[in-house]
Amino acid sequence: MVIETKDASNKISTGTELVKKALPQMLKGGVIMDVVNAEQAKIAEDAGAVAVMALERVPADIRADGGVARMSDPELVSKIIEAVSIPVMAKARIGHFVEAQILQSLGVDCVDESEVLTAADEEYHIDKNSFTIPFVCGARNLGEALRRIGEGAAMIRTKGEAGTGDVVEAVRHARAILGEIRLLSNMPREELMTYAKNIGAPYELILKVAQDGKLPVVNFAAGGIATPADAALMMQIGVDGVFVGSGIFKSGDPGKRARAIVKATTFYQDPAILAEVSRNLGEPMVGRTARSLSELEQLALRGN
Amino acid sequence: MIKIGVLGLQGSFAEHIAAIEKCGAQAVDIRHSWQLADVDGLIIPGGESTAIAKLTGDNADPIFDTIKKRVEAGLPVYGTCMGSIFLAKEIEGSEQGRLACMDIKVRRNAFGPQRNSFETSIKIDALGAEPFPSVFIRAPIVVSVGADVKVLANVAEGIVMARQKNLLVTAFHPEITSDLRVHQYFLDMVSASKQSKTGCAVANPDCVTA
Repeated sequence: MVIETKDASNKISTGTELVKKALPQMLKGGVIMDVVNAEQAKIAEDAGAVAVMALERVPADIRADGGVARMSDPELVSKIIEAVSIPVMAKARIGHFVEAQILQSLGVDCVDESEVLTAADEEYHIDKNSFTIPFVCGARNLGEALRRIGEGAAMIRTKGEAGTGDVVEAVRHARAILGEIRLLSNMPREELMTYAKNIGAPYELILKVAQDGKLPVVNFAAGGIATPADAALMMQIGVDGVFVGSGIFKSGDPGKRARAIVKATTFYQDPAILAEVSRNLGEPMVGRTARSLSELEQLALRGN
Repeated sequence: MIKIGVLGLQGSFAEHIAAIEKCGAQAVDIRHSWQLADVDGLIIPGGESTAIAKLTGDNADPIFDTIKKRVEAGLPVYGTCMGSIFLAKEIEGSEQGRLACMDIKVRRNAFGPQRNSFETSIKIDALGAEPFPSVFIRAPIVVSVGADVKVLANVAEGIVMARQKNLLVTAFHPEITSDLRVHQYFLDMVSASKQSKTGCAVANPDCVTA
């Protein structure tokens, strides 16, 4: 959208690719926390979260409750926006572009087109290029990440396996994405087209990744991070920041755990600080191993 | 060679480091107070001010105090977006932790949510005739300044670039575009400060540096 100002030489452009990709850049090195009400949002902000993800139920409860999981009630989203000054994100179902339109009109800063909710479309994702606000999308490998970026995602996160408290799938997905990037960096140019075809990624984005040695957008870890050590593990593997979902508000002392995970994400290379912040955090979320999930229960298999 | 520290606790610090290196100076990621000892200038990047306030505020490592002391002793500091909030004496409607070194009053998130974030070109005389490509992300503006603060750029809503002696702030993010003129302007401030200090030490130990 281009708005003419009084001074015709001074065009103000909102929702450009640069403006959309810049928001996640400002969140790097930070922690984005799932919250289900304004009170939790305040706890997250006070703990040093760089953004909150507004949703009705954390993934662990979505798993426990079953049924169809949808976009949150706009009233809840608005209350969370009012409660905090940090950016507010909210989840729309995969392919549900009307939920995304509603969230944009509410003034959320970023939409998560999320496999944690029940997919609305099993074939197509949202055309994210047509929105003014940025989107974050989950990915398990480089092909999936680049398909989402091709559709307009301004930020990528690993899918991991949300609501388990088991970090194994986030590690798998981060290693897959980063490993494929390292592979591409050393690949001779004549092999790039076939590689693009094989992983189902847009060729132009393959060229860009091969040249830059990194994704063209910010890349966070998500799905199963429950402890400060988990957050630091993901940072050392090479992501730009972390999402923590059920891990905080399903634990014994959410405020303390939230502060510890924030600190661990900043000082991820310093084991002495990690040891200090990991002390006496109370009960972690109980969790459930990702391996114990049936195929139907694996959220990461939604969307491709 | 000039050595610039970039506060690496959170935000767009990698982009600032890359911009400084492109200008031909050295840049280092700063996360602990002891790393500040030998830097000639400091950049506080874009990010979330409440998160940074938390990380510096209740930190066992006294990085907050060390930065404040060095700023008061004349260390050149450049704050972008969140960095400008962190430097400001006054934040509208907030008492959050900050350095409170610069005689400006800022309004956080002055343009509203991300859907109002924008890019534009601004004429900045201090940077030459060519307009500067400026990206504003949930940006603050400076609503008022003290007597010895020089306003360097405006948009319709208010002041977006200002300088007070050794302190420089922009509400926009030059680190995410390829135009290096703001970084070069800051490096010029740093080298002037460095020269005046070394010059003084040799010629006249009593002289006061700018």
